[in-house]
Amino acid sequence: MADGSRSNGSTRRDLPLVADRMVGLDRQIASGHPAVAAGWDMPVDLDKDPAVIPQLADVEVPEDVKREIEWRMSLYPDPRSAVLPALKAAQRVHGWLSTDAMRQVAAVMKVTPAYLSSIASFYDMLHEDPVGRHYVYVCTSVSCHLVNAKAVYDAIAAAAKKARLEGWDIREFECLGACDMQPMASIDGRYVGPLDPSDAPEIVAAIKEGRTPLPGRGLEDEDYMPAGAGDPPPHEETQ
Amino acid sequence: MTAATELRLLKDIDEPGLDTIEVYERRGGYSALRTALTELDPDEVLEQIQAGDVRGRGGAGFAMGKKASFIPKGDMDKYLVCNADESEPGAFKDRVLMQKNPHLLIEGCIIAARAIEANHGFIYIRGEYELQADVVERAVRAAYERGYLGADILDSGFDFELVVHRGAGAYICGEEMALLDSLDGKRGNPRLKPPFPANAGLYQGPTLLNNVETLCNVPIIIELGPEEYVKVGSEQSKGTKVVSVSGNVQRPGNYEVPLGVTCREIIYGLAGGPPEGREVKCFFPGGSSAPVLTGDEGLDLTYDFETMAQAGSMLGSGSVIVVDDSQPLVPLALRLADFYRHESCGKCVPCREGTNWTVKMLERVDSGEATPMDFELLAQVQSNILGNCLCVLGDSMAMPIGSMLEKFRAEFEQHAEEARARNEAAVVEQAAPELAAAPLIGPA
Repeated sequence: MADGSRSNGSTRRDLPLVADRMVGLDRQIASGHPAVAAGWDMPVDLDKDPAVIPQLADVEVPEDVKREIEWRMSLYPDPRSAVLPALKAAQRVHGWLSTDAMRQVAAVMKVTPAYLSSIASFYDMLHEDPVGRHYVYVCTSVSCHLVNAKAVYDAIAAAAKKARLEGWDIREFECLGACDMQPMASIDGRYVGPLDPSDAPEIVAAIKEGRTPLPGRGLEDEDYMPAGAGDPPPHEETQ
Repeated sequence: MTAATELRLLKDIDEPGLDTIEVYERRGGYSALRTALTELDPDEVLEQIQAGDVRGRGGAGFAMGKKASFIPKGDMDKYLVCNADESEPGAFKDRVLMQKNPHLLIEGCIIAARAIEANHGFIYIRGEYELQADVVERAVRAAYERGYLGADILDSGFDFELVVHRGAGAYICGEEMALLDSLDGKRGNPRLKPPFPANAGLYQGPTLLNNVETLCNVPIIIELGPEEYVKVGSEQSKGTKVVSVSGNVQRPGNYEVPLGVTCREIIYGLAGGPPEGREVKCFFPGGSSAPVLTGDEGLDLTYDFETMAQAGSMLGSGSVIVVDDSQPLVPLALRLADFYRHESCGKCVPCREGTNWTVKMLERVDSGEATPMDFELLAQVQSNILGNCLCVLGDSMAMPIGSMLEKFRAEFEQHAEEARARNEAAVVEQAAPELAAAPLIGPA
């Protein structure tokens, strides 16, 4: 494939490219999907200059993002320690870590975008692909698994599908550290529980209307009843 | 509540506003700090912590005072890091401590830093704990305003800066070396030990790394005095422990118990036991990475570090996950292995490949495609992971899965056999419905 025939894109290819064999990826490329950088399947140009740190003067960085990153950098003996908070600050503004977002952070932190990419690809809460602005993480880890969390997740996912909820990232998640409210979910960082599959329509309806889902059953709510004070968690046969 | 004991860590935990500095001070807060800074010199603080003999509450159970004494003396950049990256399935004690009583943690950090003469501290909180990180950040700001943090604390000449650092959702960052790398601004891959953090930790400086609950015990040791502190607990495990009970119990939650009560008292007495009509099939005594103990062998053991180790399990982070007799173990094992497969950082081959293949084999067991050889292989993979990696993430999967397989081998085999018979019946049903009515093929 390195014979150059690829450079004039419209010529007929004899060999299928990797992209053609990857389900969905060719469609992403055709739609100009930003996650797929142009030329990703081309051979590496070894004569090219090494990656450079983008200059702050060349990159337009939102003022508040810049200020937050610089403040975070000032807190650590080594400013590089601030990469997680810095990437999070950019992600909060852009919704995900697009190439632009990475360049902005790189310019402020004076590191290469590739370095930031190596960090972003490691951590679950940093997104290199577009995701929903809001999320529902349903914990289905060990403790919640034992009290039928999968049914809760299925019910919420089905209700969201039925209500055509858009812009929300609904997924199963690893232990969120609230097994006392098992089974539970984190709705944009607000922990709610204990849940039952029958709560799903109410959660989705509240999200859709912009209300707080299940008032009084969030961890930070004033009147939150600690587990054990009320009824025992629902227990069902899983056989 | 059967275990009638004085609460230490969870004392006043339900007091409204305990997370504010006013209420905390009214409850006697920051008086231990005053003692440690104005009446004692750093060596005396360290001596008291050592005499208190508190063992690390994060999982390994290493004596905190001993760890602190490994930090070299002298004038250099030393660091204190609090590990609040509590991500182990079943563990939620640090969440409650940070959310309800953040000042106790801050006070503990300052005193521990004083003991090793560190001037920089970091609290590494897992990314999902947004509410808790907000609370701790607010508390740190309040402590700065009162002069408990910053330069020349309480006119003692001791400077201490404390920074709240939020993680971004990686379980491996709870491992001490991975946490330090992550705090350095790198990917959270565990480093080779030695050098240990006490010699070359954060920014290659001597670093004391402790769990939230361990540091929360420090002000209590100073406050009560080590002689009083060690009165509670068993012979080698002193003090109280916050136990997080979850799974098939009627009252899941955090309970503070003196180390050395029986497991039965925790599971039945405090947490209400499994739902009506059910028995404890097995339980994880120390979070999802501890080998399981069956109800028969484990319930009457005392809950402390040494007894759990003798029984072939561990106390770990003190999270008891109870599994009742209605639960099939194969899906549970699969869920557990899948967690570790997802969280493996991929640096060491036994863990990266071992977790992956364990999941694949358990899927085969679950779907009935397993052969009798798979069980041997599964056990062999677990024993090949143990002790062969830089950190214990792989071991954390190998230990519970290995113990489940060892203690419930018959159930695993039966599960696979039943699934196989179901598949076979489905094939017959499809190919020759008239045969399915009178099953000719099936388990003998």
